[in-house]
Amino acid sequence: MSARAETLLWAAQRASAAVLALCVAAHLATVIYAVRGGLSAAEILGRTRGEPGWLVFYVVFVLAVAVHAPIGLRAVCAEWLGWRGRSRDIALLAFAVLLGWTGVRAAIGVFA
Amino acid sequence: MSETLRVSVWRGGADGAFRHYEVPRHASQTVLDVVTHIQRRIDPTLAYRFACRVGMCGSCAMTVNGTPRWTCRTHVDAVAAGGALQIGPLRNLPLIRDLVTDMREFFDKWARARGRFEGERTRRDDFARVEPGSPRRELAEAGIECIGCGVCYSACDVVAWNRDYLGPAALNRAWTLANDARDVAGAERLRAVAGDAGCHACHTHMSCSERCPKRISPTAGISGLKRASAAAALRGEL
Repeated sequence: MSARAETLLWAAQRASAAVLALCVAAHLATVIYAVRGGLSAAEILGRTRGEPGWLVFYVVFVLAVAVHAPIGLRAVCAEWLGWRGRSRDIALLAFAVLLGWTGVRAAIGVFA
Repeated sequence: MSETLRVSVWRGGADGAFRHYEVPRHASQTVLDVVTHIQRRIDPTLAYRFACRVGMCGSCAMTVNGTPRWTCRTHVDAVAAGGALQIGPLRNLPLIRDLVTDMREFFDKWARARGRFEGERTRRDDFARVEPGSPRRELAEAGIECIGCGVCYSACDVVAWNRDYLGPAALNRAWTLANDARDVAGAERLRAVAGDAGCHACHTHMSCSERCPKRISPTAGISGLKRASAAAALRGEL
């Protein structure tokens, strides 16, 4: 992979980290609010279904995860497993697609 | 203060072992004094490197009680807990013998990082005027006193995990040149230091900054290279 591509991956990981910092804080605050308020699963779904704001929030959240986690694993694979090169990058691209696909499905699940 | 130091010194190659010596203790004694005593008074076959003895040349770095240090400026009193010293070669470099490592890969990486000044003026041109207080000059100033001792390279975990990683010293050098107003190799140097074997491999553990005997922070320079190369990549210049 070229120096430019590797640099852009680094920039993408930093940018997704910034998005995740906000999303994780908002998600945790929501979880704490829901648990302390004693909301049931049905009551939570009643509030999220049909609300495009929740859909947008969680789609952004899971897409940031799908960008961030595989890039981080890329370094872990190289440094801890000695796994470098094209096979690693293809495997991690597949992992990114899996994260994004299952994440978006879950986000749609609380909306639709 | 006890009269004698119990000193373990690495002997042999990579499959060698620590050998034990008793060395008289003196006031203001440095670790290099201890190694020199062993070689001159006890065992003349001990191999080690030194030159200036005053913290300028960067040739006497060793691992002292598990920590990479310049031995000529490291006082025994500061590091010999309980009167015991363990002295080994620098980590992360191939061992030649005893306390002498092969520094070629360390300096080859400086070359790979384009750690050589590349100007465009000739002797017929006027001097370049660089304002001492200008932001770029101050950034260069922060890293310019590197003596190439290899302590940061030895302290770096990323070097141990990724043998291609250029390492803190080479990247610090590249950063000082990136901030040299007279240097013209800007984008090419960023291309040389960007990516998985360059600045973007750094995990910001800061062991290099913690251990640098000249109190340089290679971590800060590496962060600067990350930002500069990311900006160049986004502009399509990398």
